[in-house]
Amino acid sequence: MEDSTESEVSRRGFLARSAAVSAAVTVAGGAVPAGATTPVAAPPGAGPVEVTLRVNGGTHRLRVDPRATLLDTLRERLELTGTKKGCDRGQCGACTVHVDGRRVLSCLTLAASVPNRPVTTIEGLADGDRPHPMQQAFVDCDALQCGFCTPGQVMSAVAVVREGHTGSDEEIREFMSGNLCRCAAYPTIVAAVKQGGGR
Amino acid sequence: MRPFTYASASTVEEALAGAGADSAYLAGGTTLVDLMKLEVMSPAAVLNIDTLPLRDIRHDHTGLHVGALARMSDVAAHRLVTARYPVISQALLHSASPQLRNMASIGGNVLQRTRCGYFRDPATACNKRTPGSGCAAITGYNRAHAVLGTSESCVATHPSDLAVALVALDASVLLRDRAGERAVRLADFYLLPGDTPHLENRLRPGELLAGVTVPPLSWARRSTYVKVRDRRPYEFALTSVAAAVDLRGDTIADVRLAAGGVGTKPWRLPAVEDALRSRPLRADTVKAAVTHAADDATPLSHNGFKPELLRRTIVRALLTLAGRP
Repeated sequence: MEDSTESEVSRRGFLARSAAVSAAVTVAGGAVPAGATTPVAAPPGAGPVEVTLRVNGGTHRLRVDPRATLLDTLRERLELTGTKKGCDRGQCGACTVHVDGRRVLSCLTLAASVPNRPVTTIEGLADGDRPHPMQQAFVDCDALQCGFCTPGQVMSAVAVVREGHTGSDEEIREFMSGNLCRCAAYPTIVAAVKQGGGR
Repeated sequence: MRPFTYASASTVEEALAGAGADSAYLAGGTTLVDLMKLEVMSPAAVLNIDTLPLRDIRHDHTGLHVGALARMSDVAAHRLVTARYPVISQALLHSASPQLRNMASIGGNVLQRTRCGYFRDPATACNKRTPGSGCAAITGYNRAHAVLGTSESCVATHPSDLAVALVALDASVLLRDRAGERAVRLADFYLLPGDTPHLENRLRPGELLAGVTVPPLSWARRSTYVKVRDRRPYEFALTSVAAAVDLRGDTIADVRLAAGGVGTKPWRLPAVEDALRSRPLRADTVKAAVTHAADDATPLSHNGFKPELLRRTIVRALLTLAGRP
């Protein structure tokens, strides 16, 4: 946002601080959160690992927990929160990004497993202030309602065009099937894929 | 997810040397990372093998050879596969989602774990996940579960579509360890659950699945994969059938049939194959031949429809092939 200033409280920063406060209160009260995992001793050598991530043309040298997914690393470490966490189990497609130019699920990708490989997220699609044609197509076709699945839909849509699977509405539906939209904006998503693919 | 040590192997030898009793190989991650998050699998060490040179897809006089790390999407689209073994391509394209197919390896697909909801939920009893804890599926919700090859310990289906096609084609897996390489027919590689459902296959600890070989079968050009499921894309099978026919005129000279969604492992159908040989490929003969296709089935409380659905799926797969050149 152009009009934001440093003194302004961002929504995301506020939420993060609030969560920290409520966690601290919980601990101070001595309560164990329901569902908390029993602590287990980590195997020797299970500490952080070094990885170089190449995201949207930039290079980031990071120390990451081997368990960290690419999704969490993009969002929490690189503050690229455009990629969304939906199911976190590889079932919904909200976390779709491109690795080596191919669409994959960042929630099932360990950050440590993609060193030096080009990653493109939704933030890397636009050309400066000019949206990618597929982003513009989603706007023009009103291809969303709540918008939570949209970054993943757009990343898949760009890949569908690149893969050459826009031959018919049926083919678009088949090859967009890895991206769920709980608002069911599917008809306008198909229209947007057609427009964005120049069909 | 439980903590683990992480390392990458740059050669097969390095991978085999680095594997231990409580380690897991990481390739595409679509099974392993998912099950580690659920704490169904909690290896102490994860060894990334994804950059090993095991991605070739080639064909010679001994058949089709697919490296274990070739991606599902790449194998499905490969011209050797689409031309010579359409059943493999179709089985892959009927699997998972495009993103998952870009990630998942062929070796990982063959080794993927069951989608039984009780196996995936550590709060419930499951002999496959926790030996001796019981089976929540037998008395629970079991609509998607197996009717063939089941035991009192386990009724989980094998979820791979690819493996059904490979079993129909008599494919073998190549297994490597420090002593060398061995080939095992995929049909023999998988184990029935019996009273040890946690033992799913003949892979030894630390052994690496290096590739898949499909023997030559010229008439596999006339083959198909039919999958019946609750929604059309992106769903596991209720029933599925891989079929290939050697048709001379309208007579079936030879035939291969295997089924998915119904068995605790990919289920070859030799009795139906025998009943079809030398018969004309017509609706009446095919329907007669499938009569006994599921005689050994033991349906559970919610999947009594599966034997009949299996018979109908076989008929549909074969009649689909009748119209092909």
